[in-house]
Order: sequence, then structure tokens, then C-alpha cells
Amino acid sequence: MSRAPLLQVQHLSTQLGSLRVLEDLNFCVYPGETFALLGESGCGKSMTALSLLRLLPPNGRIVSGQVHLNGRDLLQLPEFAMRQVRGGQLAMIFQEPQTSLNPVLTLGQQLAESLRLHRGLSGQAISERAVDLLKAVGIPDPERRLGEYPHQLSGGMKQRVMIAMALAGEPKLLIADEPTTALDVTIQAQVLALLKQLQRDTGLAVLLITHDLGVVAETADRLAVLYAGQILETGPSQAFFERPLHPYSRKLLESLPDPQKRGAPLATIEGRVPPLDQRFSGCRFAPRCPLAQEICHQEIPPWHQLDGERGVRCFLWESTPPLVPVRPVSEKIREAGETLLQVEGLRVHFPIRGGLFRRVRGAVKAVDGVDLCLRRGQTLALVGESGCGKTTVGKAILRLIPITAGTIQYDGQDLARLRPRALRPYRKELQIIFQDPFASLNPRLLVGESIAEGLQALGLVPDPKARRRRVVQLLEQVGLDASAYERYPHEFSGGQRQRICIARALAVEPKLILCDEPTSALDVSVQAQILNLLRRLQQDMGLSYLFISHNLSVVAYLAQEVAVMYLGRILEYGRVEEILEAPQHPYTRALLSAVPQIYRTKKQIIRLPGELPSPAQPPPGCHFHPRCPEAGPDCLQPPPKIKRSETHWVRCVRRR
Amino acid sequence: MPVFFLTDLLLFALLALALGFGFYAATQEHLRAPWRSVLRSRIGAVSLVVLSAYGCIGLLDSIHFHPKLPQQGATTGPSYSPEILSLLDLWLTPLRTQQEKTYSAPFATHLYAKEQIRLPDGRTVRDYPRLRFGGAHLEDPATQKAGDIARRSAFGLLQAFGVWGGLVALLLGWQARCRGYKQALSWLFGDPPRRAALLTLGLLLALGFVVAALAPYYHVFGTDKVGEDVLYQGLKSIRTGLVIGTLTTLIMLPLAVLLGILAGYFRGLADDLIQYLYTTLNSVPSVLLIAAAVLMLQVYMNNHAEAFTSLAERADLRLFFLCLILGITSWTGLCRLLRGETLKLREMDFVQAAQALGVGPLTLLGRHILPNVLHIVLISVVLDFSGLVLAEAVLSYINIGVDPSMNSWGNMINSARLELAREPIVWWSLSCAFLLMFLLVLFANLFADVVRDALDPRLRGARP
Amino acid sequence: MSAYLLRRFLYAFPILLGVNCLTFALFFLVNSPDDMARMQLGQKRVTPEAIEQWKRERGYDKPLFYNGEASGWGRFTETIFFEKSLRLFLFDFGSSDAGRDIGYDIAQRMWPSLAIAVPVLLVGLLVNLSFALFLVLFRGTYIDLGGVVLLVALLSISSLFYIIGGQYLLGKLLRLAPISGYDTGLHAWKFLVLPVIVGVLSGIGSGTRLYRTFFLEEAAKDYVRTARAKGLSERLVLFRHILGNALIPILTGVVVVLPLLFLGSLLTESFFGIPGLGSYTLDAINNQDFAIVRAMVFLGSVLYILGLVLTDLSYVLVDPRVRLH
Repeated sequence: MSRAPLLQVQHLSTQLGSLRVLEDLNFCVYPGETFALLGESGCGKSMTALSLLRLLPPNGRIVSGQVHLNGRDLLQLPEFAMRQVRGGQLAMIFQEPQTSLNPVLTLGQQLAESLRLHRGLSGQAISERAVDLLKAVGIPDPERRLGEYPHQLSGGMKQRVMIAMALAGEPKLLIADEPTTALDVTIQAQVLALLKQLQRDTGLAVLLITHDLGVVAETADRLAVLYAGQILETGPSQAFFERPLHPYSRKLLESLPDPQKRGAPLATIEGRVPPLDQRFSGCRFAPRCPLAQEICHQEIPPWHQLDGERGVRCFLWESTPPLVPVRPVSEKIREAGETLLQVEGLRVHFPIRGGLFRRVRGAVKAVDGVDLCLRRGQTLALVGESGCGKTTVGKAILRLIPITAGTIQYDGQDLARLRPRALRPYRKELQIIFQDPFASLNPRLLVGESIAEGLQALGLVPDPKARRRRVVQLLEQVGLDASAYERYPHEFSGGQRQRICIARALAVEPKLILCDEPTSALDVSVQAQILNLLRRLQQDMGLSYLFISHNLSVVAYLAQEVAVMYLGRILEYGRVEEILEAPQHPYTRALLSAVPQIYRTKKQIIRLPGELPSPAQPPPGCHFHPRCPEAGPDCLQPPPKIKRSETHWVRCVRRR
Repeated sequence: MPVFFLTDLLLFALLALALGFGFYAATQEHLRAPWRSVLRSRIGAVSLVVLSAYGCIGLLDSIHFHPKLPQQGATTGPSYSPEILSLLDLWLTPLRTQQEKTYSAPFATHLYAKEQIRLPDGRTVRDYPRLRFGGAHLEDPATQKAGDIARRSAFGLLQAFGVWGGLVALLLGWQARCRGYKQALSWLFGDPPRRAALLTLGLLLALGFVVAALAPYYHVFGTDKVGEDVLYQGLKSIRTGLVIGTLTTLIMLPLAVLLGILAGYFRGLADDLIQYLYTTLNSVPSVLLIAAAVLMLQVYMNNHAEAFTSLAERADLRLFFLCLILGITSWTGLCRLLRGETLKLREMDFVQAAQALGVGPLTLLGRHILPNVLHIVLISVVLDFSGLVLAEAVLSYINIGVDPSMNSWGNMINSARLELAREPIVWWSLSCAFLLMFLLVLFANLFADVVRDALDPRLRGARP
Repeated sequence: MSAYLLRRFLYAFPILLGVNCLTFALFFLVNSPDDMARMQLGQKRVTPEAIEQWKRERGYDKPLFYNGEASGWGRFTETIFFEKSLRLFLFDFGSSDAGRDIGYDIAQRMWPSLAIAVPVLLVGLLVNLSFALFLVLFRGTYIDLGGVVLLVALLSISSLFYIIGGQYLLGKLLRLAPISGYDTGLHAWKFLVLPVIVGVLSGIGSGTRLYRTFFLEEAAKDYVRTARAKGLSERLVLFRHILGNALIPILTGVVVVLPLLFLGSLLTESFFGIPGLGSYTLDAINNQDFAIVRAMVFLGSVLYILGLVLTDLSYVLVDPRVRLH
């Protein structure tokens, strides 16, 4: 390509304390394109962005390199000139829209700062331009919004405001650091579409920093793969996804869950990212690389620049074959066992108090009439966006929160009616695994004590010695060393902690495990390990899972049945093939289309307007109708339950 | 014959508790790590040395007994003096017994005020009389004093250096046994916190030995109105400060922890009641509550004077009740903090996991909640200490503190402040009290900061 | 909002009742009125007649809770609990044990207290804020480190030292201000200089340190990074973004003590001879005038609760995120 690059980064190295977080980074971004920096957590993605803006934390410093933006070396600029660049030619948006806006200044005031500084506007011109900007990022009623504070906006709206603020200085390059990670898929689709449209309209270049391969595939023109502070591979994204050159990139792609890979274990990457306080003598990925040779450990691989803008840092790049599309493994159709858990009409309402004597005035209907049926040895996935009440369903089934109405039939016994003492025997039958592996283990207890807790509390294994033997056996079962017994949770990585949590749940030999987003806090490669483990345990022990997730690819890979939840109700319920291949409800369709995919077949994304309404004041009739592309006047009536097949039903008047 | 005061017993119980916790903490990695980082910081190590010095003096002053009187005639069995002394008193005997007539300046050889002196030839003149003890060994104080002080100080320094050197040699020898001489040297001096602690220890030893060399011959901090040695009073006040600073928190601790955790965990009615309790207590301005309570205590004690065997015991009981009252007025802050933290913890996933495993509420509180709020308790104990020491002085000053007969910095200041109007000004009593108090509070504050940062940096802003 | 305020005022009643019961228990149950009379009249030679007279003059000769000799409501109203404790709810403080009208005294004496407390608060706020901002501007440098060490040292000095030292240095050695005393009207200013200076000085250590941590806490937040990424100068980031947010806890912390300013400061007022409520209380403590102490305890609780309500209201004013229902 003969175009001049907009941003050219050469030999950039950055230190954070004694850690060399970035080592010899080289890449460039051309005007108008989207360039993605792809990497798992801790690889140095965000540090790259902060280095470019020269906003490193106090203990960080750029050791060497050049960063040319439009021909000017940013690293040589004096601070006052750099301030003109920040927010001017080079703008940035951050991952957490919730905390990235100043809570005590109005949106208008925050937008005005940039406009005054970079555009020299004042007075009336500022508010006119601010209204234009808010309009441009798709915020309805912008005049009124200017006087509002950030807390009055939803997460997606805040990210739009962040984008508007970044656009205020009319930048040439926008650095977007995980711009959609904190958002739901339907909102993510909105924001990504907005970015694309802004690029078309203004010729903006975007440096997209993300861990999400799907997002990269859908938005990036070119990309670089970052691992342990180094770029391992760059190239146009289409070529990359067809044939990744580096073994790491290949492994990443293979470890993504996918309905095609059902029935077979996912590829995983063993080990951990190496600590960065050392001098490397070989390839940084070599210790985890399945193809590693002698030379990989002894010599630092040189950079191979190939034609077509591709480059790779590997000795063995020529020997990596193109990706073979996975063929679906025909899964042994397990016999649908008898019903284990039957939930009917489950309601969980949280009272809203108000007035002089704090009387109950209304209720947040977090769960409003949910029916579920889980069979022995099967996985039922409960899918929905954040705030739809899926976690509440899980906790209510375990009686961790009070239930307002409904029955929970387990083994012929209604758990919802039992008193706490009578419930205790059932504690060993139903267990739970949580989302955040860092919050789900008591930091003050030894790992062994945590795992043994249930055995002790329920008096299953009263003898301490026998208990210890059992814990060691459990540790081995989840793939951990027996020495983990004597250690504390903080010594383990997120994935290992999740294994410990699984061991703790398994200890009491439950029949059903409630998995509440067990992999959403984990990196892709680690997620694959946990999914494999869960699958293996199900096969070996005949466990049933109630799998709560917002990630449809994970659900598609693992579950046999799917329930789609929206605002406290289930909109559609069916076998996974039925839901994936013939979704009936408009919401299910939109949800499925909004998931970023690497190899998209049908390229049509259904964009939902607006966001999830408050469960305190749900819309009348079908909860989904204000956002539904197919809504009509009859949607104001409670939607009927329409059976599509023996296993598949949908709650929508349009499918009658 | 030993005498056990209530506060003595509590103080030693506290010491035992602290030592027990230390041994327990040494076995628990998550407890050991933050304390190691306290010791790894230079400020932490230095403050710990200084605070230990104060602590040693305080503990020495907490072992009381009736001294044995010399055997008289053929009476059977030993007889005991009615006077109650502590080990510290025994050690400071020259300071305690060398009482002058009235004020004298530090290192003075003559009294502060002129008196009629009868000369050997029978005439009387009005002049500053020689002190009975301060510099009494000098023939001609005007010429000899400076030299004498320098000589004795040098001797003290030499002693201090000898002891310090011996200590260093002992440590070196111990380390050299396991890792060789060179390594041992760098272990001892190459490590900044250890070096700082050693130097502080040296400095303290030097100070101590110099004062010890001078004190029997001079009044280092002068004497007060009734001629008592001010240094002696200052040192005796250390125990009072320590007792107030530590026992107060110890007394309120169980209540605050229990109620705070219960309110946060069970919520509902229990929470409402406990919140009502601490809001009510909190809403009374603490000085007034203390004043009211101490006044009532005074009335009670005056009307039941027969219940106490000795003045010292009465003073000690008043000290104990003062701690109790201070504790009652100050537990609310910790209670509220713990309630808030427990509210957060009970929503944590690991607590929910334990509930799902059928762990009962009591086990859950003991295993999951309490260990995770313990750091807040520790931080509040060390943070409160310095404030309480300062509060003692103020309260004693406005006569609602410790018994007037008890040695305390507040009482020293109270009795000395009127003398500021004198010409020349009597400054030494105030200076001694302020200096000793300042050093204790300063190092307690520094130590508290280090502890808080090590245990929970989030709490940085929590100090009121 | 109005529902909230009403609820808060209703909630104040059980608290004040609790405070009253507490003081009642302290003053009348721990020691009987007889004990107090004996104490007041001197320990040794007290005749029962003298005690009875002392009690009668001050209204302590009635039963504690229930008066069997009275009739109707009088059985409950003609008791010590009603007259000495519940009457306080009407702000009827009665007369002191020495026979003076407490309500009148309080109304007279709160003005000198305010004349000291308000300037100390305002000047102190200004000084502490400026000092803290100065340190934060130089954060991470030796200036900051030195400042923090100085603050810890200032914090470790007894407030008695500030007062005595101030009196000695400014009043006696430099003769810049009168050591103690008070005057009526505007002439009072020269007597206020010294106590205000001393009051501000003694608050610098803890105040500045607290404000500095507030600033540093805000400085570490995400929106500050956003502001920098916009290209704002360090000065603008500090004064517009960090200061704006850190002022919330600072201001509300000031508001909570506002009503308590009426009570004045025990120490300062007695040292400087200011005839305010602080020295009034202290004199009462020293003279063991329990009626005054009881009245001041009640007044203090009322003002404290008022402070809490004002704090909540001030949050609504300064923090757009807070709403009261």
C-alpha cells in the first residue's frame, strides 16, 4: 500500500515499575481504517493506548521508540503541545462508561470543555455544536440531555456520550479501549454500528483495543495480536481469520466455543502468561506452545515481514496449516432422562418503599412468572441480557433469596415451601458456581478448607482425615495439584479459582449445578478449559446444569435446551437447535444476530432500538413490544404461549 | 507482697492477647503478610522500636507491690509498708525520693525562689538556697557544673554504646552462625528498615543511659511546686497514657464487633435496634456524656468512700471507669463501619456459596464474616490509640479525667499552666509533659498509618 | 423530600427520648438526689433537714416516676422524670441548681460561642483546603512528602499545647493580642484574634490530611483520566474535576458540625475567658451543677440530629446523584 500512515508506532517499549509491559511494538494505522489490537487480559493492550497518549500511571515510563501521528513524533513533543494533541487529533474512549464521566458535571459542561479547548468555540456556538454531537451519536432529545448528569443515562448512552466527547475535537484517530465490553450484545451492536457509521461520515481512523475475536472480525480492517507485551502477528483481518500464522493466534481461534464444535472438547492453551519482570531468552509463547521446538526456547524469534502487509514473530510460521472448518461431531443423543427440577410460576419481587412510613408502594418484578424444566443429565441454558433477572432465578431456586410465589419441584418435593431446617438435606443436591472467581472464594480460608466446607457443614464426612482425602481427590478431579490444599486463593489465577469453585460444588456430590456465568470473567483460552471441564464432569457423573449466561456461543456449544429471558419473563423455550436455527421470537432473533461472529453466513444484523426498561415499571402486555420491530397494537395484551413443537414454545402474539 | 490493680490485670491480659494473636498470625499467611510489610517499612520499624520503649516503661509501672519493711526486732514474719510501689518506682528510687522544697529549673543547683538563708556565721541573707539533692555533690556549682554534666553524659554515652555494641555483636553472631559473617553484616546493615530500627534503638539507649547517668545527681527536668522531680512524674504518666489508649478500645471491642456484625448480617429488626442504639449514643456530644458520667462516678465514689481500701486503688478504679466511659462513647464509629462492611460481605459470592452448602449462620459469621472484617478492627485499634492519649490530657485538664492524685500528662499540664504567669516562667513541667506525649502520639500516628496502608489501603479516607 | 424531612423529625423523637432516659439514668438512678445533696452541701456535717431543704428548693423532692400522692395526670407529671427530663422536649430547661434560668443563660451565651466557632470553621476550611490543594498539586514530590510529615507532626501535638503556646507566644511575648477576656459588641474582635488563630492552627493537621486523602482518592478515578485524555491541563483537571468531586465529602463534613458550633468549645472558651456556652458547660461541670449539664446534653443531641438532617439536605444540593425519599 502506498498510502501514508496516519499513526506509525516504531520500536515502542514501556516499563511499569520493573515490568517491561511493552517490548518493541511496531504497527501503523492508515486514515479511515479500523485497526484492532487483539489480546487477552494483561497482554499490554491498554498500556499501548496510554503510551500513545502519554498518560501512563505515575510509575510507568516510555523507554524507547517513536510514535508519529501525521508525521510528528508525539514522544518528542513538550507537554503543552501534547495536550493539544490529546482530545484534538487523537481522542480516546474507555472501557467503563459508568466511571469514565465526571458525576458532578452535566453532559453539556463536559462536552463544552473539549469544544472550548480544541475548537475555540464559545457561548452559543458551544451548545449548538454539543447538540449536533449528541445527535450524531444517536442520543434522542439532545437539548434536554445537555443539562443532565451522567447518572441519569444508561450504560450504552454513556458510551455514546463518551464517543461524542471524543469527537468534539474532530480527531483523526480514535482509540477505543474495549468500548463495548461492559455492554450487552444488543447495545454492543448499536455502538459498533455507530462507530462504523462515524468512520464512513468523517473518515475517522479507529484503533480498536479488544479481547473479543468476534468484534474484531466484524469491525477491523487490519489487526495485530498482542501477547505478553509483544506483537506476535499482524495482517488484514480477513486473511488472519482464514489462516492465522502464529500458533497462539491459531489456538485462540480454536478455543472459541461454537455450535459446530459441540460434542468435542475445545482446544486449550495450557499454563499462564509469563511474568514480565524477566529477560526473555526465547519466544514468549514457547512454554505454552504445542509446536515448540528446541530453537523456540533458546532464541528470540525474529520478525518475518511477508507480502500483503502480514507479519509474524515465529520460527515455525510456515508450517502452520490453514484452519480447517470444524465439522459438527455427531453428538451421542443422550436419552432425555426424567425431570429433575420443575419450576413453575416463579416470582421474585423486591419491594419498593416510599412515603412517610416507608410503606411498600410497588415492587421491582425481577422475576415475574418463570417456568423451567430441567431433565437429569442435561444442560438447560437461561439466556438474557444483564438486568433480565436470570441470576435472580438461579438464586431463588437455591433459596438464597426469598421467593414471592411459585413452586420449585425437586424430586417430588416443593423446595419453595420448605423451612430452612427442612431445606438442609437438599443443600447437597443443588449447588452453584459464580461468575466472579475473585469474589467467590473466602480469601481467609485455605483452598482445602473452602472445598471441605460443605462436607463439614452437612456432616457428610465427619472424619477430618477422610475429609482431607476426599478434597485431594476432588482437586485432582478438576485438574489441580493436591498441594493446592494448603494454599490461599490469592495464589491462583482466575481459571484455577474457578476450578476450585467447581471442586467445592462437586464435594457434596450434587445432582444439579447452577452455573451463573461461570466463564464470562475469563479469557477465551481459559474459558475453553472450564467449558471442557464442565462437559467432562457432566459425562462422567451425569450432572445436570442450569447454565445462566449472556454468551450465546457458549450456550450453543454446551446446552441442550435454551430459555430466553427478558425483563423477568421467558420469551422462548426450546431445544438448542430449534432456538439457533429457527428462532421464533423477534427478541431471540435480534439477540442471535447481534452476537459478533467470525464466520458470519447471514450478514443481516437486526438492531434493536432503545434499552432494557426498568423492571419496576415494565411495559404493559408483552414486555418486549416497545423495542420490537414487529410490534402491533395487539402486543399490549399479555402474549399467549404458542407451541411450535413438543419441545419448543414462544410467547408472542405474532406467532399464532 | 504483690498488689493487683484492675487495670494491671487488664493490661497484662491485653499483652497476652496481643502475643497470642502474634503467634497465631505467624501461622496464617494472610495475617502474616501485611504485618511483614509493616516491618519492612522504615517508618514502621522505627515507630515500633519507640513504641516498645514506651510499652516497656508502662509495663514495668504496672507490676505493683507493697515493699517489705526492714525486719524490726523479733517480730515474726515480714511486715509490709502500706505504700504501694511499682517496679518502675523501684528502678527510679533516686528520682522518687530526692524531693526538693519547691520549684527548681532543669539541672539547677539552686532553688527557683529566694529564701531566708542562715549563714554559718549566724547572719541571714535572702538568696537562692542550694538544692538538697540537685548538684549537691558539687563544691562550687558555678565552675564545676558544666564539666560534671559533660563528664557524666560522656560516661552514659559510653555505657550506651557498649550495650548497643554488645547487642549488635550478639545479633551478628547469631546470624553469622547460619549464613556467614559477611552475609550477616549485610543482613543487619544492608537492609534499610533493620538499619533504621537499630539506629533508633541506639539513639534511645544513648538517651536512656545519659539520663540515667545524670538523673541521680541532677533534676533533668527540674522539680515542681512541691519539689517532686518532673522527669519522674513524666515517666510515671506513661502508664496512664498507655492504659487509656489501649484498654478503652479493648473494652469496647467485643461490643462493637458483635453488634456491628449482627446488625449487618441479620438486618431487619436487629439492625434497626442496633442502629437506634448507636445513633442515640452518638447524638450525645461525647465530652458531655463523659463529663456527666465522670461527675456521677465522682459523686458515687465520694459517697461510698468506705468501699476502697486505698487511695491508689480508688484512683485506679476511676481510671478503669474512665476507660469504660470513653469506650462507650467511642464504639459507635467502629460498629457502624463493621455493619457497613458486613452488609457488603453478606452479598459476596463466597458467603452465598457457603449458604448454598448449608453452613449455619453462626459458623458463617465466625468463618466468613469475622476474619474478613478483622483488619478493620485492628486498624481502628491503632488509629484510636493516639486520639485517646490526647483526649486523656484534655479531660484531665478539665477535671473529668483521671484522679487528680494519679500521675498523668493532663494533670501535669493542669497543675503547671498557672505557673506560666510567673517571672521567670516555669516552663519545664509543661515541656516534659508535652514532649513525652508528643513523641508517643507522633510515633503511634506514624505506626497507625503504616498499619492501615498495609492492612487495607482503601480505608485511607476513613479517619474522621 | 417533605416526606423525608417529616420522617426524619419523627425519627428524632425516639432518639431524644433515648438520650433523656440515658441522662436520667445517669443522674438519678446511679446516685439518688440525697447523694447529690450531700455532695453539694459538703460531705461531713450534713443534717437531714438541710438535705430536704436543698432538694425542695430545686424540685428534687418528688418521686422518680410515679407520684402516688398526686391525682389524675399529676401522678405522672409531678415526678422528677417528667419535670426534669420530659420537659426538655419543650425546650423548657428550668433553672440551674444555683437558681439561674438556664434558657436565658443559653440564649445569652451562644453568641460569643458562635463568634469564635464560626471564624475558626471558615478560616480553617480555607486554610486546610488551600494547603491540601497545594500538596496535591505537588503530589509525588518531596514537597508533598515533607508536607505530610509536617501534618503528622501537627496532628500529634496536644490541643492544650496550641492554646498554651499561642497564649504565651502571641499574647505574652509578642503582645499582639490580649491573652484572655471578652467585650460586648464589635469591640470583641481583638479578643477573638488569638482564639481563632489557635483554633485554626490546631485543626490544620487533621483537616488538611483528611482533605488531601479526599483529593488523592478522586485523582485516582477514571473520569480524571478521561479529562486528561481530552487534553485538559493539570490545573484544570485539579480545580475543575478533582476539586468539584472532593468538595462533596468536605462540604457535607462541614455541614454536619454546623449546628454544634452553638455549643462552642470547652477548652478554648475557658482558656481565653470567653463567656460562651463552652465555658458555661465547663463551669457547670466544675461546680457540679447537674441541671445545666443535663440541659446541655439534651441541646447537644438536638443539634446533632439537626446536623444529620442538614447533611442529607446538603448532599442533595451538591451531589446531583443523591435524591431523598
